Amino acid sequence: KMYCPYLLLLLSLGVSAVEVQRPRGVPLSKRQFYEEGKPFTCLDGSRTIPFDRVNDDYCDCQDGSDEPGTAACPNGSFHCTNAGFRPAFIPSSRINDGICDCCDTTDEYNSGAACQNTCRELGRKERESLQKMAEIAKEGFMLKQQLIQEAKRGLEEKKGKLAEVQTSKKDLEDKVEALRSVKEAAEQPEKEAKERHLKAWEGNFKCEDISPSTVCFNVSVAELLLHSELDQDSDGTFTETEAQGLLGGVDKVDTVAFEAVWSNIKDKYISEAKADTTAPVETPQEETRESVSDTDSEQYPEDDIPEDEEEEDEDDEDEDPDDGEYKVTSLSFSIRLVLDGPGKDDEDEGTMPPYDQETQNLIDSKYMYKTENIEKEISFDFGPSAEFGYLYNQCYELTTSEYIYRLCPFSRVSQKPKYGGSETSLGTWGKWAGPDDNVYSVMKYEHGTGCWQGPNRSTTVKLTCGKETVVTSTSEPSRCEYLMEFTTPAVCQEPPSLDSMHPDHEEL
Amino acid sequence: MATFTERMAPVLAFWLVLCLSGTWAVDRGNFKTCDQSAFCKRQRALKPGESPYRALLETMELTNTRLTLQLINDNNKVRLLLELYRLQGNITRVKINELKPLKPRYEVPDVLIREPPTEPLSLLSQDDNGVVLSLGAESQRVIVSARPFRLDIMEGRDVLMSLNSRGLLAFEHLRMRKDTFSYKVTSTVASVWDNIKRVFSSQADPEAEKKEEGDPENQAETGKEEEEKVEDGMWEETFKSHSDSKPHGPSAISLDFSLPGVEHVYGIPEHADTLRLKTTDNGDPYRLYNLDVFQYELYNPMALYGAVPVMLAHNAKRTTGIFWLNAAETWVDISSNTAGKTVFGKMLDYVQGSSETPQTDVRWISESGIIDVFIMLGPTPKDVFSQYASLTGTQAFPPLAALAYHQCRWNYNDQEDVQSVDAGFDEHDIPYDFIWLDIEHTDGKRYFTWDPHKFATPKEMLQGIMDKKRKMVAIVDPHIKVDSNYKIHNEIRSRGFYIKNKDGGDYEGWCWPGSAGYPDFTRPDMRAWWASMFAYDQYEGSMENLYTWNDMNEPSVFNGPEVTMHKDATHGAWEHRDVHNLYGLYVQMATADGQIQRSGGVERPFVLTRAFFAGSQRYGAVWTGDNAAEWDHLKISIPMCLSLGLVGISFCGADVGGFFKSPSTELLVRWYQTGAYQPFFRAHAHLDTPRREPWLFGPENTALIRDAVRQRYTLLPYWYQQFYLAYHTGQPVMRPLWVEYPQDPATFALDDEFLIGRDLLVHPVTEEGARGVTAYLPGKDEVWFDVNTFQKHNGAQNLYIPVTMSSIPVFQRGGSIIPRKLRVRRSSSCMEHDPYTLYVALNPQRTAEGEIYIDDGHTFNYEKQEFIHRRLMFANNVLSSVNLNPEARFTTRSWIERVVILGASKPSKVTLKTADGQESTVDFDFDASMSVLTLRKPGMNAGEDWTVKLQ
Repeated sequence: KMYCPYLLLLLSLGVSAVEVQRPRGVPLSKRQFYEEGKPFTCLDGSRTIPFDRVNDDYCDCQDGSDEPGTAACPNGSFHCTNAGFRPAFIPSSRINDGICDCCDTTDEYNSGAACQNTCRELGRKERESLQKMAEIAKEGFMLKQQLIQEAKRGLEEKKGKLAEVQTSKKDLEDKVEALRSVKEAAEQPEKEAKERHLKAWEGNFKCEDISPSTVCFNVSVAELLLHSELDQDSDGTFTETEAQGLLGGVDKVDTVAFEAVWSNIKDKYISEAKADTTAPVETPQEETRESVSDTDSEQYPEDDIPEDEEEEDEDDEDEDPDDGEYKVTSLSFSIRLVLDGPGKDDEDEGTMPPYDQETQNLIDSKYMYKTENIEKEISFDFGPSAEFGYLYNQCYELTTSEYIYRLCPFSRVSQKPKYGGSETSLGTWGKWAGPDDNVYSVMKYEHGTGCWQGPNRSTTVKLTCGKETVVTSTSEPSRCEYLMEFTTPAVCQEPPSLDSMHPDHEEL
Repeated sequence: MATFTERMAPVLAFWLVLCLSGTWAVDRGNFKTCDQSAFCKRQRALKPGESPYRALLETMELTNTRLTLQLINDNNKVRLLLELYRLQGNITRVKINELKPLKPRYEVPDVLIREPPTEPLSLLSQDDNGVVLSLGAESQRVIVSARPFRLDIMEGRDVLMSLNSRGLLAFEHLRMRKDTFSYKVTSTVASVWDNIKRVFSSQADPEAEKKEEGDPENQAETGKEEEEKVEDGMWEETFKSHSDSKPHGPSAISLDFSLPGVEHVYGIPEHADTLRLKTTDNGDPYRLYNLDVFQYELYNPMALYGAVPVMLAHNAKRTTGIFWLNAAETWVDISSNTAGKTVFGKMLDYVQGSSETPQTDVRWISESGIIDVFIMLGPTPKDVFSQYASLTGTQAFPPLAALAYHQCRWNYNDQEDVQSVDAGFDEHDIPYDFIWLDIEHTDGKRYFTWDPHKFATPKEMLQGIMDKKRKMVAIVDPHIKVDSNYKIHNEIRSRGFYIKNKDGGDYEGWCWPGSAGYPDFTRPDMRAWWASMFAYDQYEGSMENLYTWNDMNEPSVFNGPEVTMHKDATHGAWEHRDVHNLYGLYVQMATADGQIQRSGGVERPFVLTRAFFAGSQRYGAVWTGDNAAEWDHLKISIPMCLSLGLVGISFCGADVGGFFKSPSTELLVRWYQTGAYQPFFRAHAHLDTPRREPWLFGPENTALIRDAVRQRYTLLPYWYQQFYLAYHTGQPVMRPLWVEYPQDPATFALDDEFLIGRDLLVHPVTEEGARGVTAYLPGKDEVWFDVNTFQKHNGAQNLYIPVTMSSIPVFQRGGSIIPRKLRVRRSSSCMEHDPYTLYVALNPQRTAEGEIYIDDGHTFNYEKQEFIHRRLMFANNVLSSVNLNPEARFTTRSWIERVVILGASKPSKVTLKTADGQESTVDFDFDASMSVLTLRKPGMNAGEDWTVKLQ
């Protein structure tokens, strides 16, 4: 059978012209460029052709504008009216390819494809879902307003607190200054005592060189306990057990036995003495900061700070070692050092200087820590109106068939096997990573646990508008690159009114 | 897929440390050198010029079809039987086997498509020193010399090829094991035993030998032979922690070939090396042993996934070929008397006339089997291709869609992922035809199954893809999970279809599923059963648009020696040693058969394989395995596929983007541009690499990739026609330039550019940051047209072409006509009825010629003459279409929408005359600056006779 596409096309062109008063595939907005009978100028202006070459299944215009209704031009596009649904443009390569693209079936006018007009159905479904979404958006947006208000209040409060703290910071610094001189004074006798002991032991162990109150030829636990500088774990308390340890597990040894353990104690003593001479408080403020960050909390464990918060501390230091919080941190450390120094003589209440209790209270109230925390919290980008602030210090979980996923916004993402096993970090807070026009739609968590033979795990969190704050799905599109979907009212936009959204009022 | 990949790590980690320490980078230590392969070491130690073989002329028998003659090894008196055949089409076959082997030696079945038809041989002369036989055509003779034995094939006064001219023929005859003491302790690996063996055997053997021979004259040689006999590795061989028990003892064979006048040899894939083979004097021979090499290195002779023991030799006068039909581990040594000479040295020789003739010497060494060699005497490259095709068949004619673009990744995670990638292509208006699923789609690496959670409704998924006129490939590997709840395993086990270990139990090795069995694909009944598993009612969730990928079929055995099977595993009467290189071919053969059968023999199959052998071209496509995202890997894809094309395997490609590692955006774009012009065009990526679907690199790069893929689609009619030609004639689709310009030495070593068919020359950009490429355009009296600008360039020149990121330097030969379909749609099937544009590139004589081939694109009906094959000709200002096969009947809706004539002058009028005698005028445009004439919408049907006249 002979096939003549030319004729057929002309025929169909005629039919379509009757129906819609414009060449096939032309949107209403461009109808005026296609005037029947008049020469057609390509929309890019490149050339003018007789009108019978429009939609004649041969591409004459570089921009494809002469063939809006055929597949002849590689870069053309076809307009489907899709009455009852949304109008759409499709690449002209999808015209008559046997696949139904337009819900009004107009793209398959000559392929034999059996397409059903699904526009009404689609339109209905879309309206329903738009309506649903609009409702969600509406409620979500209201919730967002509340969040913004709360955030504002919270922020003011915190800022106030911070200001308060900052003013008292100066006072604290002054106090530290004062404390230091007192401490030095307090340490003086201790130092001298140490030197004396050192001398005594070095000097071949003559009984007479040692104070008469010491039992000659016998060294007791009780005696050692007086020398807190022998504290083995430097935790500030020198316990009986520790002292016993030094003496080889007994309460009392004679001189001969003591000599056997002496080397042990001597080493300890010497290192203590050295540490003392380079004690952080003896050095200027700047250097103090450095030495503190080097030794970190190991030497001075902060038992009073919850563990996970402490980790945040570390993270902060990694990310931003030079910001203002740091000074506060180091200041609090300094204070702690100041207090710890004399605190070593804690058995001897009598030598405790009177200022101590007062400062101790400051520390106990974690005042300094709070300052630091507030500054940190304020420093986060919680969105243009701080609407994401409510997510801070919260965690959200999603359980799948294998794992429990945990998202703690602005902190971390993790994964834990459902049936036992250790937690794996899928990344810690990195940045907002949405497109330029919508930065707050995507969160990026980076530097999670390293993958075997692969990159460090990371997670992209996509935020969508919802009434509830919940993780809706997780996946791993690329190995060790996770994708999480998260709904929150904080990204809800003010919904436009339903009417303005719908130009087709089919049912009206 | 990789060998020891990270996925298996948790399971295998402990194990790998034990057995394969340090496999995470290229580790040559896991693979044998010639020195570590006992037979190669033994054979390579032989000195040239000391051949112990003598032809016993008195045993000669000459029948109409063959000559037979006994050879004797004067050292041990073992006799061999030489058979010599003259085959139709200028091929000489030489077979050498033991006259009376202790047990039969393996002769490779199923590779030759039939018993090759012979031509008569006739005796020309004979004396005490030898025999001269006529090979029939063209005054070709073969001279059989008696002492030492040697064969010389002559044409006129020229020696074309000599066999055993260096005296390296060696045939380790099968023998009884004499050292029974150590036989009892075979399980040990301690070298102490070797010493004990030596002591015992040297005492025991001479006596036994004496009894057999009883010839006092030969005692000296006998003694010498006995010394050889006790060499290490003859009866047992250990590599790393693996022991090869070698119950049948030594069985290696070897033969040398001299090629006078030859400086260029090619072929013997698969190696990651240059197109032109290098001499191997200073290193290892090229190795042919199908292996799963983790992160293979480039530019070396190490074995890779496949093996085709075919070498081509070429000079400006003649092309010949050697087909060494042996499926055992094989090593090929190449040496040349000009290899060390500089260009100046060669010139000096030439000027002084003192040069010896250049000569290349080749030596083949195999571990077992017989010598069965086909000498293809050309004389043209095309003749050699036809000769080889007459032996092993031609490229399977693939479904048209298989020539389009394939999107693969290890892995598309689930049905949703598949759907969103599919949608991504539409969203970004990039065509694709096949989406691929790697091993993770299965239920726990049980092939023929689907992961119940991630791929719960495979038919729904396949239907979704079919609705877009697209297709899918799912992987089916030959290792079968040992699991009594797995139907496939139970059936294979109960039918006794598994390969057996040396102790007679089912062989088990480690692969993706953990412990796995390996079906014995060398058994026809096993293959028939396997094929039946692809029936729609057996392979649950399969549909007609689901095709297959056979990976890991070397076979890959993670805990085996060199990551493959133990050589002493058994396939019935044969050892794995004998059949190793053939295994992969059988897997693909059985799978392709299964696909054919499921459609009742109607639909063409499409099966991709990683391992291959001579003859694999008959079953589908091959890819170059687990390459890496590096510029050098992009470059090597050209010589690797060219080498495969030369030995019949045209449907070749490399993973676009590189499998391991993550490509830079520039590399990825360049790889798409190169892959778009290579036969098998598939992007693939390792599990651990970031996603790299074409639209993930910004709009600019998406556009560049889209453009490259679209170029491929516009050329699908030409690709299809080339594959039809390859199917018909055995000519490679992707060709080195020297194939078309055999007399131009400038083309002999080119492997950074290539031809598709004979009419398109491609010089892809494979250098990072390239600002230009220098392409050699061949042909002294020819012209080439840049396909983008239509600019004309003269042949026989190095042309510098400035490039940008969008450039793919491609040239159409003046004198050719290429049909394209410019309406690129979302898949090739969508373009079936679309019209053609003919690109007519005129040569200086103002003529051009081309073809157009059309059929339904997917069935075997072309075998029933249901196709259109026409010749398009332009001469005397007339373009016409002539039916090349009047028997054929097929109609098409496609028509000619445009004719672009390059190098034309402006006509005053153009008329079209169609089959019904009607004449009409045709509108045209003429671009004087580029001399391009475009005929607007002539509109004739592509399947009919017509003429277009320029006046």
